[in-house]
Amino acid sequence: MIKNSESKYTNFIADRSKYPKMENGKAVIDLESHKYTKLWQGPQHPGVTGNMAVEITVNGDEIIKAKTHVGYLHRGFEKLLERRTYIQGFTIVNRICVPEPDTNEYCYSTAVEDLAGIEIPEKAKWLRTLNLEMSRIASFLMWIGGQAGSLGMGTISQWTVGMRDFWLDLFEEMAGGRIYHMYMIPGGVRKNLPAGFTEKAKDLVIKTRNLLYDVERTFFNNAIIKSRLKGLGIITPEMVDEYGIVGPNARASGKPYDVRMNNPYAKYDELDIKMLTSTVGDAYARAELRYKEMHQSLDLISQILDRIPKTGEIHAKLPNVLHWKIPAGQTYVKAESTRGEHGFFVVSDGSKFPRRVYNRGASYTHAISVLEKLAENISISDLAGLMVSLHTCPPEIER
Amino acid sequence: MEQLLNRIKDKIEIESLKKRDDLYFINVKEEHIIFLLSYLKEHEGFTHLAFLQAVDFQEYNLFQLTYMLYNYNIKVNLGIKVMIDREKAEMVSIHKLWNHAWQYQRELHELFGINFPNSPNVNESFVLEGWEDIPPMRRDFDTLKYSSETFYQRPGRSTNDPKEYMREKLYKNFVEPPKIRKEND
Repeated sequence: MIKNSESKYTNFIADRSKYPKMENGKAVIDLESHKYTKLWQGPQHPGVTGNMAVEITVNGDEIIKAKTHVGYLHRGFEKLLERRTYIQGFTIVNRICVPEPDTNEYCYSTAVEDLAGIEIPEKAKWLRTLNLEMSRIASFLMWIGGQAGSLGMGTISQWTVGMRDFWLDLFEEMAGGRIYHMYMIPGGVRKNLPAGFTEKAKDLVIKTRNLLYDVERTFFNNAIIKSRLKGLGIITPEMVDEYGIVGPNARASGKPYDVRMNNPYAKYDELDIKMLTSTVGDAYARAELRYKEMHQSLDLISQILDRIPKTGEIHAKLPNVLHWKIPAGQTYVKAESTRGEHGFFVVSDGSKFPRRVYNRGASYTHAISVLEKLAENISISDLAGLMVSLHTCPPEIER
Repeated sequence: MEQLLNRIKDKIEIESLKKRDDLYFINVKEEHIIFLLSYLKEHEGFTHLAFLQAVDFQEYNLFQLTYMLYNYNIKVNLGIKVMIDREKAEMVSIHKLWNHAWQYQRELHELFGINFPNSPNVNESFVLEGWEDIPPMRRDFDTLKYSSETFYQRPGRSTNDPKEYMREKLYKNFVEPPKIRKEND
Protein backbone atom coordinates (compact mmCIF):
# COMPACT_ATOMS: atom_id res chain seq x y z
CA MET A 1 0.00 0.00 0.00
CA ILE A 2 1.33 3.42 -0.93
CA LYS A 3 1.36 5.86 1.91
CA ASN A 4 0.19 9.35 1.19
CA SER A 5 3.65 10.79 1.53
CA GLU A 6 4.97 8.36 -1.08
CA SER A 7 2.13 8.91 -3.49
CA LYS A 8 2.96 10.19 -6.92
CA TYR A 9 0.45 12.98 -6.33
CA THR A 10 2.38 14.43 -3.40
CA ASN A 11 4.11 17.11 -5.38
CA PHE A 12 1.61 17.18 -8.18
CA ILE A 13 0.92 20.57 -9.75
CA ALA A 14 -1.91 20.71 -12.23
CA ASP A 15 -1.13 21.99 -15.68
CA ARG A 16 -3.32 25.07 -15.68
CA SER A 17 -2.66 25.75 -19.36
CA LYS A 18 -5.20 23.06 -20.16
CA TYR A 19 -7.86 24.72 -18.06
CA PRO A 20 -10.31 27.33 -19.27
CA LYS A 21 -9.67 31.03 -18.99
CA MET A 22 -11.87 32.67 -16.38
CA GLU A 23 -13.42 36.08 -16.75
CA ASN A 24 -15.68 37.54 -14.04
CA GLY A 25 -15.96 34.12 -12.41
CA LYS A 26 -17.26 32.51 -15.59
CA ALA A 27 -15.30 30.32 -17.96
CA VAL A 28 -14.74 31.69 -21.44
CA ILE A 29 -15.99 28.97 -23.73
CA ASP A 30 -13.99 28.76 -26.92
CA LEU A 31 -14.69 25.46 -28.63
CA GLU A 32 -11.83 26.05 -31.09
CA SER A 33 -9.28 25.88 -28.27
CA HIS A 34 -9.81 22.09 -27.92
CA LYS A 35 -10.17 22.44 -24.17
CA TYR A 36 -13.85 21.60 -24.29
CA THR A 37 -16.06 18.76 -25.36
CA LYS A 38 -19.75 19.01 -26.08
CA LEU A 39 -21.79 16.03 -24.96
CA TRP A 40 -25.44 15.09 -24.82
CA GLN A 41 -26.91 13.54 -21.72
CA GLY A 42 -30.12 11.96 -22.95
CA PRO A 43 -32.64 12.07 -24.53
CA GLN A 44 -32.84 8.30 -24.02
CA HIS A 45 -33.99 8.27 -20.40
CA PRO A 46 -31.07 9.68 -18.43
CA GLY A 47 -32.29 8.21 -15.15
CA VAL A 48 -36.01 7.80 -14.57
CA THR A 49 -36.60 11.35 -15.63
CA GLY A 50 -38.11 10.69 -19.03
CA ASN A 51 -37.03 11.84 -22.45
CA MET A 52 -35.13 15.04 -22.01
CA ALA A 53 -31.69 16.03 -23.22
CA VAL A 54 -29.05 18.10 -21.49
CA GLU A 55 -26.40 19.53 -23.79
CA ILE A 56 -23.29 19.87 -21.67
CA THR A 57 -19.95 21.52 -22.34
CA VAL A 58 -17.26 19.76 -20.33
CA ASN A 59 -13.68 20.51 -19.51
CA GLY A 60 -12.11 17.29 -18.32
CA ASP A 61 -14.97 15.83 -16.33
CA GLU A 62 -16.25 19.15 -15.05
CA ILE A 63 -19.41 20.60 -16.53
CA ILE A 64 -18.88 24.23 -17.53
CA LYS A 65 -22.25 24.87 -19.11
CA ALA A 66 -25.49 22.94 -19.37
CA LYS A 67 -28.50 23.57 -21.53
CA THR A 68 -31.77 21.66 -21.42
CA HIS A 69 -33.48 20.63 -24.63
CA VAL A 70 -37.06 19.43 -24.53
CA GLY A 71 -39.58 18.60 -27.22
CA TYR A 72 -39.27 14.83 -27.40
CA LEU A 73 -42.58 14.28 -25.64
CA HIS A 74 -44.62 17.16 -26.99
CA ARG A 75 -48.07 15.80 -27.78
CA GLY A 76 -49.99 19.07 -27.84
CA PHE A 77 -52.35 18.24 -24.99
CA GLU A 78 -53.40 21.83 -24.48
CA LYS A 79 -54.34 22.19 -28.14
CA LEU A 80 -56.17 18.86 -28.05
CA LEU A 81 -58.18 19.96 -25.03
CA GLU A 82 -59.41 23.03 -26.88
CA ARG A 83 -61.08 20.76 -29.43
CA ARG A 84 -62.69 18.35 -26.96
CA THR A 85 -65.76 18.63 -24.76
CA TYR A 86 -65.14 18.87 -21.03
CA ILE A 87 -65.88 15.22 -20.38
CA GLN A 88 -63.62 14.10 -23.24
CA GLY A 89 -60.83 16.22 -21.83
CA PHE A 90 -60.88 14.22 -18.64
CA THR A 91 -59.42 11.16 -20.39
CA ILE A 92 -56.59 13.26 -21.86
CA VAL A 93 -55.30 15.19 -18.86
CA ASN A 94 -54.07 12.20 -16.91
CA ARG A 95 -51.74 11.29 -19.76
CA ILE A 96 -49.72 14.44 -19.14
CA CYS A 97 -47.64 12.79 -16.42
CA VAL A 98 -47.17 9.03 -16.41
CA PRO A 99 -45.82 8.32 -12.89
CA GLU A 100 -48.43 10.49 -11.20
CA PRO A 101 -51.54 11.04 -13.31
CA ASP A 102 -53.98 11.61 -10.45
CA THR A 103 -52.91 15.15 -9.63
CA ASN A 104 -53.80 16.15 -13.19
CA GLU A 105 -57.19 14.46 -12.91
CA TYR A 106 -57.86 16.13 -9.59
CA CYS A 107 -56.92 19.63 -10.76
CA TYR A 108 -58.87 19.38 -14.01
CA SER A 109 -62.00 17.99 -12.35
CA THR A 110 -61.90 20.55 -9.57
CA ALA A 111 -61.39 23.40 -12.04
CA VAL A 112 -64.44 22.29 -14.03
CA GLU A 113 -66.47 21.95 -10.81
CA ASP A 114 -65.29 25.37 -9.70
CA LEU A 115 -66.43 26.96 -12.97
CA ALA A 116 -69.72 25.07 -13.10
CA GLY A 117 -70.45 25.58 -9.38
CA ILE A 118 -70.76 21.91 -8.47
CA GLU A 119 -70.37 20.74 -4.89
CA ILE A 120 -69.14 17.16 -4.64
CA PRO A 121 -70.30 14.65 -1.98
CA GLU A 122 -68.35 14.09 1.22
CA LYS A 123 -67.40 10.51 0.46
CA ALA A 124 -66.07 11.47 -2.98
CA LYS A 125 -63.72 13.95 -1.30
CA TRP A 126 -62.33 11.20 0.96
CA LEU A 127 -61.89 8.83 -1.97
CA ARG A 128 -60.10 11.55 -3.93
CA THR A 129 -57.72 12.18 -1.05
CA LEU A 130 -57.01 8.46 -0.77
CA ASN A 131 -56.33 8.25 -4.49
CA LEU A 132 -54.00 11.26 -4.39
CA GLU A 133 -51.99 9.88 -1.48
CA MET A 134 -51.71 6.46 -3.10
CA SER A 135 -50.39 8.05 -6.25
CA ARG A 136 -47.93 10.07 -4.17
CA ILE A 137 -46.44 6.98 -2.57
CA ALA A 138 -46.29 5.19 -5.96
CA SER A 139 -44.50 8.14 -7.51
CA PHE A 140 -42.04 8.46 -4.62
CA LEU A 141 -41.26 4.74 -4.76
CA MET A 142 -40.35 5.21 -8.42
CA TRP A 143 -38.28 8.26 -7.56
CA ILE A 144 -36.17 6.67 -4.83
CA GLY A 145 -35.40 3.77 -7.16
CA GLY A 146 -34.26 6.29 -9.75
CA GLN A 147 -32.16 8.22 -7.27
CA ALA A 148 -30.36 5.07 -6.17
CA GLY A 149 -30.07 3.80 -9.75
CA SER A 150 -28.54 7.04 -10.97
CA LEU A 151 -25.73 6.56 -8.48
CA GLY A 152 -25.16 2.96 -9.52
CA MET A 153 -27.19 1.19 -6.84
CA GLY A 154 -29.62 -0.79 -8.93
CA THR A 155 -30.82 -3.08 -6.15
CA ILE A 156 -33.01 -0.43 -4.53
CA SER A 157 -34.69 0.31 -7.87
CA GLN A 158 -35.62 -3.36 -8.11
CA TRP A 159 -37.12 -3.35 -4.64
CA THR A 160 -39.06 -0.12 -4.85
CA VAL A 161 -40.33 -0.47 -8.40
CA GLY A 162 -41.47 -3.95 -7.41
CA MET A 163 -43.31 -2.50 -4.43
CA ARG A 164 -44.82 0.19 -6.63
CA ASP A 165 -46.34 -2.58 -8.70
CA PHE A 166 -48.33 -3.76 -5.67
CA TRP A 167 -49.68 -0.23 -5.33
CA LEU A 168 -50.58 -0.28 -9.02
CA ASP A 169 -52.49 -3.52 -8.41
CA LEU A 170 -54.40 -1.71 -5.70
CA PHE A 171 -55.17 1.06 -8.16
CA GLU A 172 -56.46 -1.54 -10.56
CA GLU A 173 -58.89 -2.78 -7.93
CA MET A 174 -59.92 0.74 -7.12
CA ALA A 175 -60.32 2.28 -10.57
CA GLY A 176 -59.83 -0.46 -13.14
CA GLY A 177 -56.54 0.76 -14.56
CA ARG A 178 -52.97 0.35 -13.37
CA ILE A 179 -51.27 3.43 -14.81
CA TYR A 180 -54.05 5.75 -15.99
CA HIS A 181 -56.81 5.56 -13.46
CA MET A 182 -59.35 8.09 -14.77
CA TYR A 183 -60.90 7.91 -11.34
CA MET A 184 -61.78 11.49 -10.47
CA ILE A 185 -64.33 12.66 -12.98
CA PRO A 186 -65.93 16.09 -12.70
CA GLY A 187 -68.61 15.73 -10.04
CA GLY A 188 -67.00 13.08 -7.87
CA VAL A 189 -65.32 9.74 -8.39
CA ARG A 190 -66.18 6.92 -10.70
CA LYS A 191 -66.37 3.89 -8.41
CA ASN A 192 -66.81 2.87 -4.82
CA LEU A 193 -64.12 0.91 -3.04
CA PRO A 194 -64.38 -2.83 -3.70
CA ALA A 195 -64.94 -5.31 -0.86
CA GLY A 196 -61.80 -6.12 1.08
CA PHE A 197 -59.92 -3.09 -0.23
CA THR A 198 -59.25 -1.54 3.18
CA GLU A 199 -57.60 -4.69 4.55
CA LYS A 200 -55.42 -5.07 1.47
CA ALA A 201 -54.38 -1.43 1.58
CA LYS A 202 -53.51 -1.60 5.29
CA ASP A 203 -51.48 -4.72 4.68
CA LEU A 204 -49.61 -3.00 1.87
CA VAL A 205 -48.90 0.03 4.05
CA ILE A 206 -47.10 -2.27 6.54
CA LYS A 207 -45.20 -4.02 3.76
CA THR A 208 -44.11 -0.69 2.27
CA ARG A 209 -42.97 0.58 5.66
CA ASN A 210 -40.83 -2.53 6.11
CA LEU A 211 -39.32 -2.00 2.69
CA LEU A 212 -38.63 1.64 3.49
CA TYR A 213 -36.66 0.67 6.61
CA ASP A 214 -34.54 -1.60 4.41
CA VAL A 215 -34.07 1.29 2.00
CA GLU A 216 -33.04 3.53 4.86
CA ARG A 217 -30.40 1.06 6.01
CA THR A 218 -28.96 0.52 2.54
CA PHE A 219 -29.41 3.95 0.97
CA PHE A 220 -29.22 6.61 3.66
CA ASN A 221 -26.51 4.87 5.67
CA ASN A 222 -24.41 4.14 2.63
CA ALA A 223 -21.04 5.91 2.65
CA ILE A 224 -20.92 6.21 -1.15
CA ILE A 225 -24.40 7.69 -1.38
CA LYS A 226 -23.59 10.15 1.39
CA SER A 227 -20.33 11.27 -0.14
CA ARG A 228 -21.90 11.72 -3.57
CA LEU A 229 -25.15 13.40 -2.60
CA LYS A 230 -24.01 15.66 0.23
CA GLY A 231 -23.16 19.06 -1.14
CA LEU A 232 -24.52 18.28 -4.59
CA GLY A 233 -26.83 20.84 -6.19
CA ILE A 234 -27.35 23.19 -3.26
CA ILE A 235 -30.49 25.33 -3.59
CA THR A 236 -30.13 28.46 -1.48
CA PRO A 237 -33.23 30.07 0.12
CA GLU A 238 -32.81 33.11 -2.15
CA MET A 239 -33.02 30.90 -5.22
CA VAL A 240 -36.45 29.57 -4.22
CA ASP A 241 -38.30 32.77 -5.11
CA GLU A 242 -36.00 33.82 -7.91
CA TYR A 243 -36.50 30.55 -9.80
CA GLY A 244 -40.03 29.69 -8.72
CA ILE A 245 -38.91 26.50 -6.97
CA VAL A 246 -41.69 24.56 -5.23
CA GLY A 247 -42.32 21.23 -3.54
CA PRO A 248 -39.71 19.15 -1.73
CA ASN A 249 -36.95 21.07 -3.54
CA ALA A 250 -38.11 24.28 -1.87
CA ARG A 251 -38.93 22.68 1.48
CA ALA A 252 -35.45 21.15 1.68
CA SER A 253 -34.13 24.71 1.45
CA GLY A 254 -36.29 25.91 4.31
CA LYS A 255 -39.30 27.33 2.45
CA PRO A 256 -42.43 26.02 4.17
CA TYR A 257 -44.67 25.79 1.13
CA ASP A 258 -46.88 22.75 0.72
CA VAL A 259 -50.23 23.26 -1.02
CA ARG A 260 -51.77 20.54 1.16
CA MET A 261 -51.28 22.77 4.20
CA ASN A 262 -51.06 26.28 2.77
CA ASN A 263 -54.29 26.06 0.77
CA PRO A 264 -55.93 22.82 1.95
CA TYR A 265 -57.98 21.00 -0.66
CA ALA A 266 -60.03 17.78 -0.67
CA LYS A 267 -59.86 16.49 2.94
CA TYR A 268 -56.34 17.55 3.91
CA ASP A 269 -57.61 20.12 6.41
CA GLU A 270 -59.14 17.31 8.50
CA LEU A 271 -56.08 15.08 8.48
CA ASP A 272 -53.18 15.09 10.89
CA ILE A 273 -50.38 16.37 8.67
CA LYS A 274 -47.23 18.30 9.45
CA MET A 275 -45.03 20.49 7.27
CA LEU A 276 -41.63 18.83 6.83
CA THR A 277 -38.70 21.09 6.06
CA SER A 278 -34.95 21.03 6.11
CA THR A 279 -32.42 23.83 5.90
CA VAL A 280 -29.49 22.22 4.13
CA GLY A 281 -30.80 22.34 0.59
CA ASP A 282 -28.50 19.78 -1.04
CA ALA A 283 -29.42 16.57 -2.83
CA TYR A 284 -29.05 14.47 0.32
CA ALA A 285 -31.40 16.74 2.28
CA ARG A 286 -33.94 16.52 -0.53
CA ALA A 287 -33.68 12.73 -0.52
CA GLU A 288 -34.13 12.60 3.25
CA LEU A 289 -37.10 14.94 3.07
CA ARG A 290 -38.79 12.83 0.40
CA TYR A 291 -38.12 9.73 2.48
CA LYS A 292 -39.88 11.34 5.44
CA GLU A 293 -42.74 12.39 3.19
CA MET A 294 -43.15 8.80 2.07
CA HIS A 295 -43.65 7.77 5.67
CA GLN A 296 -46.04 10.69 6.13
CA SER A 297 -47.95 9.61 3.05
CA LEU A 298 -48.32 6.07 4.39
CA ASP A 299 -49.51 7.54 7.66
CA LEU A 300 -52.10 9.64 5.82
CA ILE A 301 -53.33 6.58 3.91
CA SER A 302 -53.91 4.76 7.22
CA GLN A 303 -55.75 7.79 8.60
CA ILE A 304 -57.95 8.07 5.50
CA LEU A 305 -58.79 4.36 5.49
CA ASP A 306 -59.97 4.62 9.08
CA ARG A 307 -62.08 7.70 8.51
CA ILE A 308 -63.60 7.06 5.10
CA PRO A 309 -67.44 6.97 5.38
CA LYS A 310 -68.99 3.58 4.78
CA THR A 311 -72.05 4.91 3.02
CA GLY A 312 -72.95 7.92 0.99
CA GLU A 313 -73.06 9.24 -2.54
CA ILE A 314 -69.84 9.24 -4.54
CA HIS A 315 -71.02 11.38 -7.40
CA ALA A 316 -72.97 14.61 -7.72
CA LYS A 317 -75.77 14.87 -10.24
CA LEU A 318 -74.54 16.33 -13.51
CA PRO A 319 -76.41 17.52 -16.59
CA ASN A 320 -76.00 15.56 -19.81
CA VAL A 321 -72.23 15.69 -20.11
CA LEU A 322 -72.27 15.32 -23.89
CA HIS A 323 -73.93 18.73 -24.25
CA TRP A 324 -72.50 20.25 -21.11
CA LYS A 325 -71.94 24.00 -21.34
CA ILE A 326 -69.77 25.48 -18.60
CA PRO A 327 -70.48 29.12 -17.62
CA ALA A 328 -67.88 31.60 -18.83
CA GLY A 329 -65.09 32.26 -16.36
CA GLN A 330 -61.50 31.67 -15.41
CA THR A 331 -60.04 29.71 -12.56
CA TYR A 332 -56.77 28.35 -11.26
CA VAL A 333 -56.76 25.18 -9.19
CA LYS A 334 -53.62 23.76 -7.66
CA ALA A 335 -52.60 20.67 -5.75
CA GLU A 336 -49.39 19.28 -4.31
CA SER A 337 -47.83 16.67 -6.54
CA THR A 338 -44.65 14.86 -5.55
CA ARG A 339 -42.70 17.52 -7.42
CA GLY A 340 -44.51 20.50 -5.97
CA GLU A 341 -47.27 22.89 -6.90
CA HIS A 342 -49.22 21.45 -9.80
CA GLY A 343 -52.02 23.52 -11.24
CA PHE A 344 -54.58 23.92 -13.97
CA PHE A 345 -55.61 27.30 -15.33
CA VAL A 346 -58.91 26.79 -17.14
CA VAL A 347 -60.66 29.48 -19.19
CA SER A 348 -64.22 28.88 -20.30
CA ASP A 349 -66.08 31.05 -22.82
CA GLY A 350 -69.51 29.55 -22.15
CA SER A 351 -69.42 27.02 -24.97
CA LYS A 352 -69.13 23.23 -24.97
CA PHE A 353 -65.36 23.41 -25.38
CA PRO A 354 -62.79 25.02 -23.07
CA ARG A 355 -61.17 28.16 -24.44
CA ARG A 356 -57.82 27.37 -22.87
CA VAL A 357 -56.50 24.76 -20.46
CA TYR A 358 -53.03 25.40 -19.16
CA ASN A 359 -51.15 22.90 -17.03
CA ARG A 360 -48.53 24.31 -14.67
CA GLY A 361 -46.02 21.66 -13.70
CA ALA A 362 -43.28 22.05 -11.14
CA SER A 363 -40.67 20.56 -13.48
CA TYR A 364 -41.06 23.46 -15.88
CA THR A 365 -38.60 25.53 -13.90
CA HIS A 366 -36.80 22.71 -12.07
CA ALA A 367 -35.64 21.00 -15.23
CA ILE A 368 -34.66 24.08 -17.21
CA SER A 369 -33.55 27.19 -15.29
CA VAL A 370 -32.67 25.44 -12.03
CA LEU A 371 -30.94 22.44 -13.56
CA GLU A 372 -28.91 24.66 -15.90
CA LYS A 373 -27.71 26.68 -12.94
CA LEU A 374 -27.01 23.79 -10.56
CA ALA A 375 -25.25 21.68 -13.17
CA GLU A 376 -22.44 24.20 -13.54
CA ASN A 377 -19.11 23.11 -12.03
CA ILE A 378 -20.23 19.64 -10.97
CA SER A 379 -18.70 16.40 -12.18
CA ILE A 380 -20.23 14.81 -15.26
CA SER A 381 -20.90 11.62 -13.28
CA ASP A 382 -23.12 13.51 -10.83
CA LEU A 383 -25.42 14.99 -13.45
CA ALA A 384 -27.83 12.05 -13.55
CA GLY A 385 -28.00 12.09 -9.74
CA LEU A 386 -28.74 15.80 -9.79
CA MET A 387 -31.49 15.47 -12.37
CA VAL A 388 -33.25 12.78 -10.38
CA SER A 389 -32.71 14.70 -7.16
CA LEU A 390 -34.69 17.61 -8.63
CA HIS A 391 -37.36 15.02 -9.53
CA THR A 392 -37.99 16.30 -13.01
CA CYS A 393 -40.79 14.96 -15.17
CA PRO A 394 -40.38 16.16 -18.79
CA PRO A 395 -43.96 15.43 -19.96
CA GLU A 396 -45.25 18.23 -17.78
CA ILE A 397 -42.74 20.68 -19.29
CA GLU A 398 -43.92 20.36 -22.85
CA ARG A 399 -47.47 19.02 -22.37
CA MET B 1 -56.70 41.32 0.87
CA GLU B 2 -59.35 44.03 0.38
CA GLN B 3 -56.95 46.56 1.91
CA LEU B 4 -54.25 45.45 -0.49
CA LEU B 5 -56.57 45.93 -3.47
CA ASN B 6 -57.46 49.40 -2.18
CA ARG B 7 -53.79 50.28 -1.87
CA ILE B 8 -53.29 49.30 -5.51
CA LYS B 9 -56.41 51.20 -6.55
CA ASP B 10 -54.94 54.35 -5.00
CA LYS B 11 -51.97 54.06 -7.30
CA ILE B 12 -53.32 52.77 -10.61
CA GLU B 13 -56.59 51.98 -12.27
CA ILE B 14 -57.58 48.30 -11.86
CA GLU B 15 -60.64 46.08 -11.85
CA SER B 16 -60.62 43.29 -9.28
CA LEU B 17 -62.57 40.07 -9.05
CA LYS B 18 -62.76 37.62 -6.17
CA LYS B 19 -62.98 34.04 -7.38
CA ARG B 20 -62.34 32.17 -4.14
CA ASP B 21 -60.94 33.05 -0.74
CA ASP B 22 -57.49 32.16 -2.00
CA LEU B 23 -57.81 33.35 -5.60
CA TYR B 24 -58.25 36.89 -6.88
CA PHE B 25 -57.96 38.33 -10.36
CA ILE B 26 -56.96 41.87 -11.35
CA ASN B 27 -57.41 43.47 -14.76
CA VAL B 28 -54.75 46.03 -15.48
CA LYS B 29 -53.63 48.15 -18.41
CA GLU B 30 -50.57 47.18 -20.41
CA GLU B 31 -48.47 50.21 -19.44
CA HIS B 32 -48.86 49.59 -15.68
CA ILE B 33 -47.76 45.97 -15.63
CA ILE B 34 -44.08 46.41 -14.73
CA PHE B 35 -44.95 48.89 -11.99
CA LEU B 36 -47.62 46.62 -10.56
CA LEU B 37 -45.52 43.45 -10.64
CA SER B 38 -42.50 45.13 -9.04
CA TYR B 39 -44.71 46.75 -6.41
CA LEU B 40 -46.38 43.44 -5.54
CA LYS B 41 -43.06 41.62 -5.45
CA GLU B 42 -41.05 44.16 -3.48
CA HIS B 43 -43.64 45.60 -1.10
CA GLU B 44 -46.61 43.24 -0.80
CA GLY B 45 -44.86 39.88 -0.56
CA PHE B 46 -46.12 38.32 -3.80
CA THR B 47 -42.74 36.76 -4.46
CA HIS B 48 -43.69 33.55 -6.23
CA LEU B 49 -44.47 33.65 -9.95
CA ALA B 50 -46.45 30.46 -10.59
CA PHE B 51 -46.84 30.98 -14.32
CA LEU B 52 -47.24 33.44 -17.17
CA GLN B 53 -49.61 32.30 -19.89
CA ALA B 54 -51.68 33.60 -22.76
CA VAL B 55 -55.26 33.05 -23.87
CA ASP B 56 -56.29 33.79 -27.43
CA PHE B 57 -59.48 35.84 -27.82
CA GLN B 58 -59.55 35.80 -31.58
CA GLU B 59 -63.03 37.35 -31.91
CA TYR B 60 -61.94 40.50 -30.04
CA ASN B 61 -58.51 40.49 -31.71
CA LEU B 62 -56.84 40.32 -28.28
CA PHE B 63 -54.49 38.16 -26.29
CA GLN B 64 -54.96 37.87 -22.56
CA LEU B 65 -51.71 37.48 -20.62
CA THR B 66 -52.08 36.10 -17.09
CA TYR B 67 -49.35 36.53 -14.48
CA MET B 68 -50.15 34.24 -11.55
CA LEU B 69 -48.48 35.38 -8.33
CA TYR B 70 -48.55 33.84 -4.87
CA ASN B 71 -48.02 35.29 -1.42
CA TYR B 72 -46.62 32.83 1.15
CA ASN B 73 -47.74 34.89 4.13
CA ILE B 74 -51.39 35.53 3.37
CA LYS B 75 -51.59 32.37 1.22
CA VAL B 76 -53.41 33.97 -1.68
CA ASN B 77 -53.02 33.55 -5.42
CA LEU B 78 -53.37 36.73 -7.44
CA GLY B 79 -53.85 36.50 -11.19
CA ILE B 80 -52.99 39.67 -13.09
CA LYS B 81 -54.66 39.88 -16.48
CA VAL B 82 -53.48 42.14 -19.28
CA MET B 83 -55.08 42.46 -22.68
CA ILE B 84 -52.72 43.07 -25.58
CA ASP B 85 -53.27 43.59 -29.27
CA ARG B 86 -53.29 40.36 -31.26
CA GLU B 87 -52.00 41.76 -34.54
CA LYS B 88 -49.00 43.53 -33.06
CA ALA B 89 -48.43 41.12 -30.18
CA GLU B 90 -45.62 42.53 -28.09
CA MET B 91 -45.12 42.80 -24.35
CA VAL B 92 -42.51 44.08 -21.92
CA SER B 93 -40.19 41.38 -20.67
CA ILE B 94 -40.11 40.61 -16.93
CA HIS B 95 -36.94 38.50 -16.93
CA LYS B 96 -35.27 40.97 -14.57
CA LEU B 97 -37.91 40.41 -11.90
CA TRP B 98 -37.85 36.58 -11.94
CA ASN B 99 -35.02 34.43 -13.22
CA HIS B 100 -37.33 31.81 -14.69
CA ALA B 101 -39.67 34.23 -16.49
CA TRP B 102 -37.66 33.93 -19.72
CA GLN B 103 -38.88 30.34 -20.10
CA TYR B 104 -42.53 31.38 -20.23
CA GLN B 105 -41.70 34.21 -22.60
CA ARG B 106 -39.82 31.85 -24.92
CA GLU B 107 -42.78 29.48 -24.89
CA LEU B 108 -45.28 32.28 -25.63
CA HIS B 109 -43.08 33.56 -28.44
CA GLU B 110 -43.02 30.16 -30.07
CA LEU B 111 -46.56 28.91 -29.45
CA PHE B 112 -48.52 32.19 -29.61
CA GLY B 113 -46.21 34.49 -31.56
CA ILE B 114 -46.04 37.10 -28.78
CA ASN B 115 -42.76 38.95 -28.87
CA PHE B 116 -40.85 39.94 -25.73
CA PRO B 117 -38.02 42.25 -26.79
CA ASN B 118 -34.70 41.79 -24.93
CA SER B 119 -35.83 38.61 -23.19
CA PRO B 120 -32.98 36.07 -23.10
CA ASN B 121 -33.15 33.16 -25.58
CA VAL B 122 -36.56 34.32 -26.76
CA ASN B 123 -35.89 33.35 -30.35
CA GLU B 124 -34.73 29.82 -29.56
CA SER B 125 -37.00 26.92 -30.26
CA PHE B 126 -38.76 25.34 -27.29
CA VAL B 127 -40.69 22.28 -28.44
CA LEU B 128 -41.02 22.89 -32.18
CA GLU B 129 -37.91 22.66 -34.28
CA GLY B 130 -37.94 24.17 -37.76
CA TRP B 131 -41.54 25.34 -37.53
CA GLU B 132 -42.61 27.54 -40.44
CA ASP B 133 -46.38 27.75 -40.07
CA ILE B 134 -48.25 30.28 -37.92
CA PRO B 135 -47.77 29.78 -34.15
CA PRO B 136 -49.77 26.65 -33.39
CA MET B 137 -51.55 27.68 -30.19
CA ARG B 138 -53.35 30.53 -31.95
CA ARG B 139 -57.02 29.80 -32.52
CA ASP B 140 -56.79 30.27 -36.29
CA PHE B 141 -54.26 27.46 -36.67
CA ASP B 142 -56.15 24.61 -38.30
CA THR B 143 -54.75 21.33 -36.98
CA LEU B 144 -56.66 19.15 -39.44
CA LYS B 145 -55.51 21.16 -42.45
CA TYR B 146 -51.92 21.13 -41.21
CA SER B 147 -51.82 17.41 -40.62
CA SER B 148 -53.47 16.57 -43.94
CA GLU B 149 -50.96 18.76 -45.77
CA THR B 150 -47.90 17.61 -43.83
CA PHE B 151 -48.52 13.91 -43.34
CA TYR B 152 -49.81 11.42 -45.87
CA GLN B 153 -52.93 9.44 -45.25
CA ARG B 154 -52.44 5.78 -44.57
CA PRO B 155 -54.78 3.62 -46.57
CA GLY B 156 -57.43 2.25 -44.29
CA ARG B 157 -57.50 -1.38 -43.31
CA SER B 158 -59.79 -3.64 -45.23
CA THR B 159 -62.77 -4.39 -43.07
CA ASN B 160 -65.02 -7.39 -42.98
CA ASP B 161 -68.43 -8.07 -41.72
CA PRO B 162 -67.54 -10.44 -38.87
CA LYS B 163 -70.52 -12.69 -39.45
CA GLU B 164 -69.82 -13.12 -43.15
CA TYR B 165 -66.11 -13.49 -42.53
CA MET B 166 -66.46 -16.24 -39.97
CA ARG B 167 -68.96 -18.10 -42.05
CA GLU B 168 -66.55 -17.92 -44.98
CA LYS B 169 -63.63 -19.04 -42.89
CA LEU B 170 -65.10 -21.72 -40.67
CA TYR B 171 -68.01 -23.09 -42.60
CA LYS B 172 -66.67 -22.94 -46.14
CA ASN B 173 -67.41 -26.57 -46.82
CA PHE B 174 -70.55 -26.50 -44.83
CA VAL B 175 -72.96 -29.19 -45.85
CA GLU B 176 -76.54 -29.14 -44.78
CA PRO B 177 -77.02 -32.05 -42.36
CA PRO B 178 -79.28 -34.81 -43.65
CA LYS B 179 -82.75 -34.63 -42.31
CA ILE B 180 -83.55 -37.22 -39.72
CA ARG B 181 -86.64 -39.14 -40.51
CA LYS B 182 -89.22 -39.35 -37.86
CA GLU B 183 -89.61 -42.83 -36.43
CA ASN B 184 -93.26 -43.17 -37.21
CA ASP B 185 -92.89 -42.26 -40.89
